[in-house]
Amino acid sequence: MTQSNIMPGFRPALAYTLFYLCLVVLIPLSTLVFKSLQLSWTDYLEIISNTRVVSSFRVSFGTSLIAALVAGLFGFVIAWVLVRYPFPGKRFLDALIDLPFALPTAVAGVILATIFQPSGLLGKWLMSSFGVQVAYKPLGIVVALIFIGIPFVVRTVEPVLQEFDTTMEEAASSLGATRLQVFTQVIFPNIFPALLTGVSLAFARGVGEYGSVIFIAGNLPYVSEIVPLLIITKLEQYQYAGATAIALTMLLVSFLLLLIVNLLQLWARRRSGQI
Amino acid sequence: MSILLNNISKNFGKFAALYDVSLEIPEGELVALLGPSGCGKTTLLRIIAGLETPDFGRVLLSGEDKTEQHVSRRGIGFVFQHYALFRHMTVFDNIAFGLRVKPRKERPTEAFISKKVHSLLELVQLDWLADRFPDQLSGGQRQRIALARALAVEPSVLLLDEPFGALDASVRKDLRQWLRNLHQELHVTSIFVTHDQEEAMEVASQVVVLNQGRIEQQGAPADIYDHPANAFVSKFIGQTNIFDLSETESNWLQRAGILAEKPQGIFAHVRPHHIDIVKAEEASGSPVTLKDWQHLGATIRVELFNPQHNGSGATLFAEMPNERFKQLNLNKGDRVAVHIKQAHWFN
Repeated sequence: MTQSNIMPGFRPALAYTLFYLCLVVLIPLSTLVFKSLQLSWTDYLEIISNTRVVSSFRVSFGTSLIAALVAGLFGFVIAWVLVRYPFPGKRFLDALIDLPFALPTAVAGVILATIFQPSGLLGKWLMSSFGVQVAYKPLGIVVALIFIGIPFVVRTVEPVLQEFDTTMEEAASSLGATRLQVFTQVIFPNIFPALLTGVSLAFARGVGEYGSVIFIAGNLPYVSEIVPLLIITKLEQYQYAGATAIALTMLLVSFLLLLIVNLLQLWARRRSGQI
Repeated sequence: MSILLNNISKNFGKFAALYDVSLEIPEGELVALLGPSGCGKTTLLRIIAGLETPDFGRVLLSGEDKTEQHVSRRGIGFVFQHYALFRHMTVFDNIAFGLRVKPRKERPTEAFISKKVHSLLELVQLDWLADRFPDQLSGGQRQRIALARALAVEPSVLLLDEPFGALDASVRKDLRQWLRNLHQELHVTSIFVTHDQEEAMEVASQVVVLNQGRIEQQGAPADIYDHPANAFVSKFIGQTNIFDLSETESNWLQRAGILAEKPQGIFAHVRPHHIDIVKAEEASGSPVTLKDWQHLGATIRVELFNPQHNGSGATLFAEMPNERFKQLNLNKGDRVAVHIKQAHWFN
């Protein structure tokens, strides 16, 4: 016996969802799996345990994680300013946030590389006053990924911050809480699940990012070579099996990490009474 | 703690929310700030709390000037209209919040906090809800939890902003009674804001009537009802029939019994229960017809039609006990004689 649901159209909606998932996600991804199945287990292990491959994984996931965390911090501050304070030019700034979404990533990469290279506008200054070189180093990758990641954080945190009931803050103040306590114990726990979503989106995007990174990274094997670049390199050398093996591994690691983030999110939301 | 407000003014842009308001509230009272929406009553409450700073004037709590002091240092408890419970905390943690944010030196032990929270939950009769989240509670429950949370820090003043405004009628009635009892138990100076005159009369020991940013009258509920200071208070508190002397035939009013001497103003305000009616044949009075009546429980509201009046004064309301109305044995359209027992005169 089927239970009737208040929302009609469960079957067609589910069918549509599954169809879409198969067509756009599952079929391409399973092709990836099948392709790499042509490799024997030992070949597979040999490819992915190659030190150059392992280094590139470390570079990709490491820089993405750092960049996502920094983007989380900056993005939160930007969202906070946009929501809480009225100031002239606010709408303009708000529109500017989405620019990294729209800009071709290669363009972003070229621009970032230009200004951060040792003779560039910011690069020169950073070099002379701090002795820090950004471009052609892993740091350059982090900068590019922060640029790409910030809008994800801002756009997920902003609506939640907007809907935040400010009388909760007043209530906390009236109960004797300091500004810091109001922020850490009342505002932040309510924003945290959204912030986590933004950071994980920025991270996932960062792991797969290619265009903006390759121009600024320098692409030095073992140092600043990212996984997507390695895959492209393999493809260019007609090593399709090798490329798919790396891609599959990257997919699995990313999936695992996103699963962990989702669980973390579930925990955070449950803890904050949102579900 | 006694509250003294001196010449408080507050503007929001060009809108004057409060204009030169002075008010004294002695310790232990339960005061209602009553007025129509937009009269400045909530702003006044927020100024007392420190959530808003006045443009002019001083706020004195227990004789100390606290005008500049931050809300977190004033030792007040504030209950918000929409509860403002912390959504991410359980009921227990909500109530414990005020104790846990105290500076380390003053902070009580967890054991003490737990005891205190449970005693407060018992006080608001919701002990079994300690582990729930606010979203899982009904409106009435949330309001009581909000009250318990405010009481946890043992405030010397309790401020409530339209505490029952968002609740349905029956819950509101229960909570009114309950708030009265609670106040009698705790004796903490309490001020609540309401636009419902019935609520103010029922709950408060003192009522402050506000209109357009000014205080119209302050006094005990009975005082305000029986001796309204001006036409606004008379109209706002309870129902009233208004006779405009410039429009009304004065000999009609004379026959009705309120113009024995010369008029004491231009407008006569008459409470419905100060109007008595009899069948027209029995006594000499003005000929008025009975239009309709409504049962209000113990009393009957009678709608009278006076053809000699123009406009607003044409329909009069009278109220009397059920038995009295039955004795009169009246039908719709009957002619009745009106006798007005008492009127308030205003210019």
